[in-house]
Amino acid sequence: MKTIADLKKGERGIIVNFTDDELSLKLLEMGCLPGTQVTMTHIAPFGDPIAVKVSGYVLSMRKDEAATIIIA
Amino acid sequence: MKKSPKIALIGNPNAGKSSLFNSLTGLRQKTGNFPGVTMDKLIGKWKLERGDDAEILDLPGIYSIYPKSVDEQVVINILANPAHPDYPDLAIVVADASNLKRNLLLFSQVRDLGIPTVLALNMIDVAESQGVVINSVKLSRELNVEVAEVNAKKGIGLNGLRLSVNKTLETNYNSNDSLPMDYDGEMIEEIKEKYGDTDDYHALLWLAEHDKLKQFDTKQRIGFDEIQEKYHWNTQDAQSKETMARYSQLTEIVDNCLHQVPAKEQEVNTWTDRLDAVFLHRFWGYFIFLGILFIVFQAIFTWATYPMDLIDGGIANLNNFLKTNLPPTKLTDLLTDGLIAGIGGVLIFIPQIAFLFLFISMLEETGYMSRVMFIMDKLMRRFGLNGKSVVPLISGVACAVPAIMSTRSIGSWKDRLITIMVTPLMSCSARLPIYTVLIALVVPEKSTLFGVFNLQGVALFAMYLLGFFTALISAYVMKLLLKVRERSYFIMELPSYKSPRFSHVILTILNSTKAFVFEAGKVIVAISIVLWVLASYGPGDAIEQAEIYVKAQNPNLSGIELENKISSQKLENSYAGRFGKVIEPVIKPLGYDWKIGIALITSFAAREVFVGTMSTIYSLGGEANEENSTVMKRLRAEINPETGKPMYDMALGFSLLIFYAFAMQCMSTLAVTYRETKSWKYPTIQFVYMTSLAYISAFIVYQLLK
Repeated sequence: MKTIADLKKGERGIIVNFTDDELSLKLLEMGCLPGTQVTMTHIAPFGDPIAVKVSGYVLSMRKDEAATIIIA
Repeated sequence: MKKSPKIALIGNPNAGKSSLFNSLTGLRQKTGNFPGVTMDKLIGKWKLERGDDAEILDLPGIYSIYPKSVDEQVVINILANPAHPDYPDLAIVVADASNLKRNLLLFSQVRDLGIPTVLALNMIDVAESQGVVINSVKLSRELNVEVAEVNAKKGIGLNGLRLSVNKTLETNYNSNDSLPMDYDGEMIEEIKEKYGDTDDYHALLWLAEHDKLKQFDTKQRIGFDEIQEKYHWNTQDAQSKETMARYSQLTEIVDNCLHQVPAKEQEVNTWTDRLDAVFLHRFWGYFIFLGILFIVFQAIFTWATYPMDLIDGGIANLNNFLKTNLPPTKLTDLLTDGLIAGIGGVLIFIPQIAFLFLFISMLEETGYMSRVMFIMDKLMRRFGLNGKSVVPLISGVACAVPAIMSTRSIGSWKDRLITIMVTPLMSCSARLPIYTVLIALVVPEKSTLFGVFNLQGVALFAMYLLGFFTALISAYVMKLLLKVRERSYFIMELPSYKSPRFSHVILTILNSTKAFVFEAGKVIVAISIVLWVLASYGPGDAIEQAEIYVKAQNPNLSGIELENKISSQKLENSYAGRFGKVIEPVIKPLGYDWKIGIALITSFAAREVFVGTMSTIYSLGGEANEENSTVMKRLRAEINPETGKPMYDMALGFSLLIFYAFAMQCMSTLAVTYRETKSWKYPTIQFVYMTSLAYISAFIVYQLLK
């Protein structure tokens, strides 16, 4: 099961599902919809947090939060 | 058409809401507070038609009507309650056209609340540069609302927006009765029966968010809990399903109205990408952040001293003028030494606060601040803080009051609470005059470190570092002690870089400075007057007795020497002197005598009073001759009656420095902590832990250096 946390800088994926109900609402509201393409754009100096490009803007999140977003 | 309709601006953060507000209202805006919370509320006037001025309310940016942080909560408290004084007659939802679907989610929720809504499409140029063309006529038809294309920053399209607003206000607005998701009609009927007739969506919103809504009391909240249980309602589940349902509806609409020019092969590096490559770099990122911090400090501690000296000199001149021209009565003394000196003590901080907010608002406006949060999050998290704690901690260097208010954007309660608790340990500008006087006393002026750095400057810098690291360590301890099982999250937008709007920056500076002058100012002025009374009056005829006593003891003295002896004896016999003596046994282990005791008591509520009190104690009534013109010289001349050596030696100086670095001596901060945590528990803990820390550390320092 691949998640956003597994992406390397510049890699892409398509959101499939979420593993955390509480976070998923917040992520949905911020435009992370199943079927949307995400691109890993930044990884903070100590490897965490990360930032992805999703529906036309850059969204930052922590690595453990990224690990709740399953991608294909 | 209603007279002076209330219009609320609603939108995602960074959608251009504030730009639109400024374009619509220009300078015809004022700030106020939302009822019950001291949160900046911006209201402006906008000319609609036939001379009717609409009242425009700028609300904090939100992503949905389900709030995740305290500033988002403010919006929902208004929108959920049609009886709220700020409930709008019409909402303009500002949407970023380059991210239409996400922005329309909020729009569809606001519309379903039955508020007449106009959609303002902003940033169309950005969308077009990404190859996205939006058919706004079609969008208007599909969404069944007026859509206006605007360029908020340049102020283009405002007439079209005005037409849309007028049209919407004139027609009988029909709310959307068919919500996109399924829900139990019977449950809705029960809510309406119990809590008053409303539309279905308001009823659902109440049910989901009742615990956070101000309009309901405890009994009503329990009623909602019972309904939730009866109908097996799961708020999280329902909100997720609703969001998905809304998106699937919006996807269809957006697909119909939006034309995507085949995407150019991987857009060329934009400015934002290029800047981020530097600002988020593992070395340059921190290097630049430190450089910016250095400039901010330079501004606060060097550039700000010029206007501060002017204010200081102005107040002194005014006092001298009044003293020479008014009859020498107690009332004149109260006016000059009490009231004006107190007001001066507040005004003196304005340049530093203004500089701080100049930088903070510029960094926020440009989008750089969110990059700082991004690169600091991992480091701060180790100490139980959050990347977003960086802003309050930096602000704390000027004043803890606005710093604590800026914690509202921290979504997690635990992170926010820890940030609130440790922010006052950052050395605020009120401590600066104390540090300056004490360091000058104990660190030789001419000495240098490695022959380069002025040792006094190094000592001052060390005090700031001490405050910062103590804040981190305290945060770490609290992280271990606080048993809140709540997850902290860091999902936030990294906006593209923008050039700052200066009108916005100026307004932020004005509003924050005003807040400081009135919030902290009230306390400081009151304390100054109380201090004057305490130092001028004593129990019974103690003050008169002092004069007789001194004259009898020193029959050979006359002139200034006698005057000084008398005034010092008077102070010793005043209420302030008595208090100082009462606490002397407690502070003796720290090296303090009753005179410092007086200063501790008076600076109990506002630490900036310390230097003023010291000068009062050592100069009350004395003629300002060359010998003892400054506090510093008087302190240096003070002899410890027990040892016969100078009173203000290394041990006492450092003991006082440490004490003032840690002690919670600021009523305004405690008040703002109370307001932000809504409980007396946290200001009490804050007071106890900081003061104990101060006492114990000062004790250790004094005993070691003695």
